[in-house]
Amino acid sequence: MEKEQNNILEEVTQGDYKYGFYTDIEMDTAPMGLSEDTVRFISAKKNEPEWLLEFRLKAYRHWLTLTEPNWAHLHHAPINYQDIIFYAAPKRKKELTSLDEVDPDLLDTFNKLGISLEEQKRLSGVAVDAVIDSVSVKTTFTETLSKYGIIFCSFSEAVQNHPDLVRQYLATVVPATDNFFAALNSAVFSDGSFCYIPKGVRCPIELSTYFRINAANTGQFERTLIVADEGAYVSYMEGCTAPMRDENQLHAAIVEIIAMKDAEVKYSTVQNWYPGDKNGLGGVYNFVTKRGMCKGSHSKISWTQVETGSAITWKYPSVVLMGDYSVGEFYSVAVTNNFQQADTGTKMMHLGKNTRSTIISKGISAGQSNNSYRGLVKIIKRAENSRNYSQCDSLLLGDKCGAHTFPYIKAENHSSIIEHEATTSKISDDQLFYCNQRGISTESAIGLIVNGYAKEVLQHLPMEFAVEAQKLLAISLEGSVG
Amino acid sequence: MLSIKNLSASINGKEILKGVNLEVKAGEVHAIMGPNGTGKSTLAYVIAGRQGYEVTSGEIIFNGRNLLELSTEERACEGIFLGFQYPVEIPGVSITNFLRTAMNEQRKYHGLDPIPAKEFLSKMEEKKKMLELQDKLTNRSVNEGFSGGEKKKNEIFQMAMLEPMLAILDETDSGLDIDALRIVATGVNKLRRPDNATVVITHYQRLLDYIVPDVVHVLFDGRIVKSGGKEMALELEEKGYEWIKSQL
Ligand SMILES: Nc1ncnc2c1ncn2[C@@H]1O[C@H](COP(=O)(O)OP(=O)(O)OP(=O)(O)O)[C@@H](O)[C@H]1O
Ligand SMILES: [Mg+2]
Repeated sequence: MEKEQNNILEEVTQGDYKYGFYTDIEMDTAPMGLSEDTVRFISAKKNEPEWLLEFRLKAYRHWLTLTEPNWAHLHHAPINYQDIIFYAAPKRKKELTSLDEVDPDLLDTFNKLGISLEEQKRLSGVAVDAVIDSVSVKTTFTETLSKYGIIFCSFSEAVQNHPDLVRQYLATVVPATDNFFAALNSAVFSDGSFCYIPKGVRCPIELSTYFRINAANTGQFERTLIVADEGAYVSYMEGCTAPMRDENQLHAAIVEIIAMKDAEVKYSTVQNWYPGDKNGLGGVYNFVTKRGMCKGSHSKISWTQVETGSAITWKYPSVVLMGDYSVGEFYSVAVTNNFQQADTGTKMMHLGKNTRSTIISKGISAGQSNNSYRGLVKIIKRAENSRNYSQCDSLLLGDKCGAHTFPYIKAENHSSIIEHEATTSKISDDQLFYCNQRGISTESAIGLIVNGYAKEVLQHLPMEFAVEAQKLLAISLEGSVG
Repeated sequence: MLSIKNLSASINGKEILKGVNLEVKAGEVHAIMGPNGTGKSTLAYVIAGRQGYEVTSGEIIFNGRNLLELSTEERACEGIFLGFQYPVEIPGVSITNFLRTAMNEQRKYHGLDPIPAKEFLSKMEEKKKMLELQDKLTNRSVNEGFSGGEKKKNEIFQMAMLEPMLAILDETDSGLDIDALRIVATGVNKLRRPDNATVVITHYQRLLDYIVPDVVHVLFDGRIVKSGGKEMALELEEKGYEWIKSQL
């Protein structure tokens, strides 16, 4: 046990794409393209119950009736869904009991990422559920967590071991019919994480999952479901990195969070998928549906995201504030450089009385990139005395990049207050000269200034994640000035 | 230490410096005075290597190196420090973080490892005490919301931390109250060593009561037109710049 605990997969540091490698592991892949057969193949591979296959098929049939959304401020060549492999899993010969039995190539991949196992464990006590190419390789700390009655495992395991819980909550926040990419994910999702915190339990450790795309032409369709029962608390961290390659990779994940009465869920992300090269070649297409439901009164859901990767980011972590006095928060830093495009923001849907939401969005654009904030704050008639505060700031590096804000506000009663502030700024030559004069190189100066700018968001990240995020911000903007 | 010969420089095609000559030796304090807009700050910027200034003739040699060939940050690492007339704000970046970054980049330049956190912190404590700096100030963002005087004090604090070979203090005295002026001047004096040098740019002879210069220069219309001992500052104050003009 001790040894196994020591073998916890460590944080992915800095996400530097000087690492242009991928692991060559024998794949157990679905045939290329998407059809009912593909859906059945995936479901069979995972030995799923009938109801889940039905769920997938229904989603697939609905998806066929939809077209890709085109309202976002994004441009890309059409995606050929028949040109994608929708399922790939590392072949496992037998059940693994320790990391010694894990494919050495996989371990090597982790080593290349600078993952030191003991250190992370000592420093942070983080339980890690590492997802490599769609299948969880290792779930750890399960024993410790199970003492509290906490379930934290891969989605596939949850389907096998806790089918009732999965069935009760799956797609209750993001229905399969929600949007084009949600329907796609619901049909072909491969794996992801499941987390259940029982009544009154405060999860004693930060939960974390690291995702990694690793096979050529393989879409990644993660599915995460987090349920915090009455009075429960959990802080969940998700971070990812992907190897260099030229073909565009499709990523369409769903994250659903449910917070019951008095429960609180803090969800932190560092998104660092391969952004494409300097000329805009390659990179991940990241179409994500993330939504939380504050179901009970006095519940709270908080999204914190640092988005530096992907060629295209389409992502609006949202909160449905159903319970009275519930609280929704969205803290975001989105960096785009070179030819990256990001259209990200949030939706705060105030349905309950006395609900509150806060939105802090910091966009940083460099190179020829485009960075858009898109947000909706909706307060329905019934949601009296609700409040929203939104602050959307844009920082521009250079004059070839674009920053846009699309804030939509709908208030249907008069007792609620919505405040919105927006600023656009540039890193001034005076600031750079001041730093240079102290011996700080322009590159470091930009890192410093950008981190200062993003501080309000970064301070909401768990400590060890914040450190990583700071490095990442600096690295993402390397070569953007001068 | 610093040897400037026949330095001419222009900005946006407008010639500001028109043949400056200046020699500063280790251990010395020089004062540069002169009417508004004559090019004092420009001289400081050109020495520090600010972009946008075109050096049209002359040379700047610093400890045997041709400064004009070095980048701004290389010059800083070689030991040039500029106390700004108008220090800029850097929101969200604490003074502590800023200084540690600066110090470590300078150490890296000299092939040294980053300064251990403990050593850095005790050094900060020491210098804060010396300059009677408020404890909380170093946790605040660089110059953000600082009063005019606090900004100037912060410049001297940075100088104390970075321990440059040559400090050019551009009107560090303006905006300081009497007590702050005394504290800052005492600080500058304490930092004096036989192997470093200070150039103070000022309009007020008052500062020179505290920081006693070896040489006083008058910069006028892009040239150093008169140099003398510390008495000259008094004479200037008494007679005004008309006196200089009449001598030209
Ligand atoms: N970007 C610029 N474009 C054009 N002229 C400039 C520019 N920057 C400075 N100048 C001019 O250069 C001249 C010298 O300015 P400088 O700031 O060096 O004067 P100074 O001697 O420091 O004055 P003060 O005592 O007021 O601080 C001034 O006439 C100023 O207007
Ligand atoms: Mg000046």
